[in-house]
Amino acid sequence: MTGATQVVPEGRHAPPLALLSATDITKRFGGVQALSEVSFTINHGEIYGLIGPNGAGKTSLFNVLTGIYIRDAGTFMFDGEPLQNLKPNDVAARGIARTFQNIRLFANLSALENVMIGRHVRTHAGVWGAISRNAGTRAEESAIQQRAYELLKYVGVEKRAHSLARHLAYGDQRRLEIARAMATEPKLLALDEPAAGMNATETASLRALLEDIRRDGTTILLIEHDMKLVMSLCDRVLVLDYGKKIAEGPAAEVQKDERVIAAYLGGEVSLNLKGT
Amino acid sequence: MKTFFDTTKNPWLVKAGFVLVIACLLLLPWVLASVGTAWVRITNLAILYVFLALGLNIVVGFAGLLDLGYIAFYAVGAYVYALLASPHFNLHLPFWIVLPIGAAVACMFGILLGAPTLKLRGDYLAIVTLGFGEIIRIFLNNLSQPVNITNGPQGITLIDPFRIGSFDFSKRETILGLDFTGPIKYYYFFLIVMAVIIVINIRLQDSRIGRAWEAIREDEIAARAMGINTRNIKLLAFAMGASFGGIAGGMFSAIQGFISPESFGLTESVMVLAMVVLGGMGNIWGVIIGALLLSFVPEILRYTVEPIQKAIFGQMLLEPEVIRMLLFGLALVLMMLYRPAGILPSALRKRELETKIKA
Amino acid sequence: MVALGYTMVYGIIQLINFAHGEVVMIGAMVAYTVIVTLTSANIGLHPILIVLAGVLVAVPACMGVGYTLERTAYRPLRRAPRLAPLITAIGLSIILQNLALIIWSRNPMPYPQIIAAVPYHITGNPDGATITNVQIAIIITSFAMMAGLLFLVYRTRLGVAMRATSQNQQVAGLMGIDINRVISLTFVIGAGLGAVAGVMVGSYYGIAHYQMGFILGLKAFSAAVLGGIGNIGGAMLGGLLLGVIEAMGAGYVGDLTNLCQLSSWSDALARRCADGAYLTLFGSNYQDVFAFLVLIAVLVFRPSGLLGERVSDRA
Repeated sequence: MTGATQVVPEGRHAPPLALLSATDITKRFGGVQALSEVSFTINHGEIYGLIGPNGAGKTSLFNVLTGIYIRDAGTFMFDGEPLQNLKPNDVAARGIARTFQNIRLFANLSALENVMIGRHVRTHAGVWGAISRNAGTRAEESAIQQRAYELLKYVGVEKRAHSLARHLAYGDQRRLEIARAMATEPKLLALDEPAAGMNATETASLRALLEDIRRDGTTILLIEHDMKLVMSLCDRVLVLDYGKKIAEGPAAEVQKDERVIAAYLGGEVSLNLKGT
Repeated sequence: MKTFFDTTKNPWLVKAGFVLVIACLLLLPWVLASVGTAWVRITNLAILYVFLALGLNIVVGFAGLLDLGYIAFYAVGAYVYALLASPHFNLHLPFWIVLPIGAAVACMFGILLGAPTLKLRGDYLAIVTLGFGEIIRIFLNNLSQPVNITNGPQGITLIDPFRIGSFDFSKRETILGLDFTGPIKYYYFFLIVMAVIIVINIRLQDSRIGRAWEAIREDEIAARAMGINTRNIKLLAFAMGASFGGIAGGMFSAIQGFISPESFGLTESVMVLAMVVLGGMGNIWGVIIGALLLSFVPEILRYTVEPIQKAIFGQMLLEPEVIRMLLFGLALVLMMLYRPAGILPSALRKRELETKIKA
Repeated sequence: MVALGYTMVYGIIQLINFAHGEVVMIGAMVAYTVIVTLTSANIGLHPILIVLAGVLVAVPACMGVGYTLERTAYRPLRRAPRLAPLITAIGLSIILQNLALIIWSRNPMPYPQIIAAVPYHITGNPDGATITNVQIAIIITSFAMMAGLLFLVYRTRLGVAMRATSQNQQVAGLMGIDINRVISLTFVIGAGLGAVAGVMVGSYYGIAHYQMGFILGLKAFSAAVLGGIGNIGGAMLGGLLLGVIEAMGAGYVGDLTNLCQLSSWSDALARRCADGAYLTLFGSNYQDVFAFLVLIAVLVFRPSGLLGERVSDRA
């Protein structure tokens, strides 16, 4: 129904399991080593969590991945092809879409328009099409609008389609940002703290939405601080601390890892995390 | 009575309104001519300013890029026309060839200016474009040695008017019993061009490209993350704005018959900016109204202020030119302080409210 | 010196104060009025005192103007999107120019050269480079003011407050710094510097004109950017560099390209090179292009300027 499908038709050979693999990603800012030789793999169709204490480098990793920063060293392989120092818009064209920690919607445009803009990268009409409004352009425009409505419905914001983005409730804004990212037909959806500031009910419905997205074939990379959400939702998790990877693996294992616990609590502590 | 004017209940009103406006526009030059032929000329110039304002609106309003040297494109268009259709080089190409050439050259300059500078932040871009505008003017003023290209401060004279076969736009003729002066002929031509340009602008705004511009204006980083090639799209805005300026410039050359670098200075750039700001950046109809207001009001003042001042003070305390500039400055400052969205209520808000009522 | 005004304001509130050039112009004009009045009154004051009097009146006048601008126009817009204060500044610049036009008339006004210019030969060669006592005075004054400013910014409490505000307005406010006062003072100090600069420019070129602020302002802004906007040392360095580049460029480009040369070379050329209203004042033409070209080059290739810090947008 929505999103890019990873379902393999019969008779075709399976795509490589890993959608994104990173090797030795390094980035420094002046005197600060934001990322040190970070390596990880994200597989098709999973929800992959990225956690770590504040300042660990999570958003920096996002920014390096999506082209906002240029890495100093290391490589990314995405869907079989290397990701060479691409600009953010090229990264989106390749199939990685993201949301932002501090919500960057187009505030003075309507919710519908926000999502329609997400369709830009998969459509073609140019100046001539705009001016002449030929049949091809009109068809494309109506397809864009229809798809945008579908996505708004998918995330549950369709009732506010014509409201300005900045007038939406906080939870709706986060969902809208996801809808907009989905509009680019990503293979990998990278979400930066989508549950920040949400209460338990909102978080629960966010989890449902993310599970829907995963079921419909899009791989998700998720930065989050809400441990309950991470542990219940993510298949595998990467833990960063001071720019270094300190653990990677299934959520249940990582949660018991001593180094992870120490990183969060700042010392050698043995903790009994009741099943979450 | 109130419900009579409610357009949602009486949709035919909109059509009636349209017809009324068009009728007025068609009759306007005759009405003005009876007051004085100068007024038709003033109207023509006002229409040219509408073109300029709409062009700048693409850059400043749609895409959010502050261009303070926009008049340079006007100048380029004007000079291209003047050089290709006047005794200066003894070339007399017809206007339907020269206008597109002017637009293309201006477009090229737009791209030339934009390519290295569009990555700059707002304030810096403003200054750079201002510098560019000045550089163009300085060059126009000085390219008379060693090879006389622009004839320096004396400008170029005896520029050809528009001609189609034997129909000369500048000659006064009687057609169908009506006295068509040169300006009146140009008026109708400009009216048609204005209609086309308005349609183009509306279509651009409501299109994939228009949305991309708005996205860049609102949040460039997010726009880029969503796959929009911001550099190219911004260049596109510059190029389109420049082309409009170029076409308007060509028309300016033709109706004036004479151009010089003096008409293309920072003052004029700021004037066009003031029109866009007054009308509401991005708001097509607002910008048109802004352009018309800021073109007509100073002229009206010029005719009324002089006699009033002479009557009260016995002499001219404030020249109309000065008053006009003061008004522009005040318009800019006051609009930003009290009504940054422009004189017309924001179209976006309206849309939002309307759909709320429908839902 | 004018560049210092720009860079200070930009450093603090990230605003290019377009109207600053006009403030400088006002300084020149006010001082002019004072000087002319005193001179023609024939009180018998020493010429230097007359100039000083002019400066003393001009400085507070400009400070007043700067303060008014900030209070009425910039402060209400502090939270508005970046375009708004910029447009306002342009509007203010126009208003000021035209007000000056009304008050002081349209014509360039000759600055009374009451201090006799005494040339000193630098190289001992009577035909070589010369420098007059007026120029020496200007240089000394400039350096003195710049030194004073550096002292203020780096050694006094007010200076610390200013630097804090420029780094992070919100936190500075939380630390007990009165932001409004600091910003107002920044404007006022910048305006004061501008006033002195205005008087110096008027004395040096011998003319005061309502449009002199525009070109001056642009060049000063170029200088500020060249040195790194927001950086005071940079503004000083930029100003000096730009002056040198411009002078050398204007002198040598003419030789190299045979375009219009400085009008001192021949009257016929000077006539041919007469320009539009903005430029006749300084007898320059392509000379101004240099300032712009430098500006564009710097912004494109090294936006942080020579001494500046990177001001980048983070995600």
